[in-house]
Amino acid sequence: MQVPILKQGAYRIATVQSALTDEDLKQLRDALVGQVSKVRARGVIVDVTALDVIDSYATRTLRDVAHMIRLRGAETVIVGIQPEVAFSMVKLGLSLEGVATSLDLEEGLAYLSRKGNGSDHEVRPHR
Amino acid sequence: MRSALIVDDVRVSIDCDADIVAARQKGRELASQCGFPSTDLAVVATAISELARNIVRYAGRGQVILRLVNNNGKRGIEVVAADDGPGIPDIGMAMQDGYSTSGGLGLGLPGTRRLMDEFEITSDFGKGTIVTVRRWRR
Repeated sequence: MQVPILKQGAYRIATVQSALTDEDLKQLRDALVGQVSKVRARGVIVDVTALDVIDSYATRTLRDVAHMIRLRGAETVIVGIQPEVAFSMVKLGLSLEGVATSLDLEEGLAYLSRKGNGSDHEVRPHR
Repeated sequence: MRSALIVDDVRVSIDCDADIVAARQKGRELASQCGFPSTDLAVVATAISELARNIVRYAGRGQVILRLVNNNGKRGIEVVAADDGPGIPDIGMAMQDGYSTSGGLGLGLPGTRRLMDEFEITSDFGKGTIVTVRRWRR
């Protein structure tokens, strides 16, 4: 299951559509890190609203994505972690320490915009 | 006629990482049939994901058996993750947060114990591992 990556100004938005295998997660990681280098994206949003499970492997991979992209000078925001998924992650002992998270796509874009990395990208002012 | 509800075991062969997803989706379905609320569905699916991944990572193959259980009217789901792999040399260590022999986060077993209500593990070094977990409906 390939995750489509959309272009939005200086940002790239990966919207997860369905459950991902470990291999899918690795592909997503490589695609995002590759895109940041290739198109000089300033920020990446990974929308995980559709995921009903974020286990230890997925957490580690998302964390790796954020850290690798930061090393390339861009920012990553994970958006849309569902409440029951967050509950399970905390119980399991997982955290996304050092990784930006936002409630949803809109908040994620606002976060990137605040970071000042997307001056050529227009984001609606947030309430 | 709730007590008449009989569901056969659901067996999922675990061979590769796609089977991890299949196992947790079947577990979620079964738990949903049992009437678990959505938070518990995520909890059960996450626990299955961790146990199934341990099979793929350490044993290569094995199976996950899912069944609805009933204990004096208390209903729940039981998950058995069994493999004939190398076994766990030191279960005490494996149950500690952050301990991993595979470069993982080391949260799989201790985290699964925290997620579920009951947790049993037997492992014979060189013969395999069986982890049984249960979650009861509140």
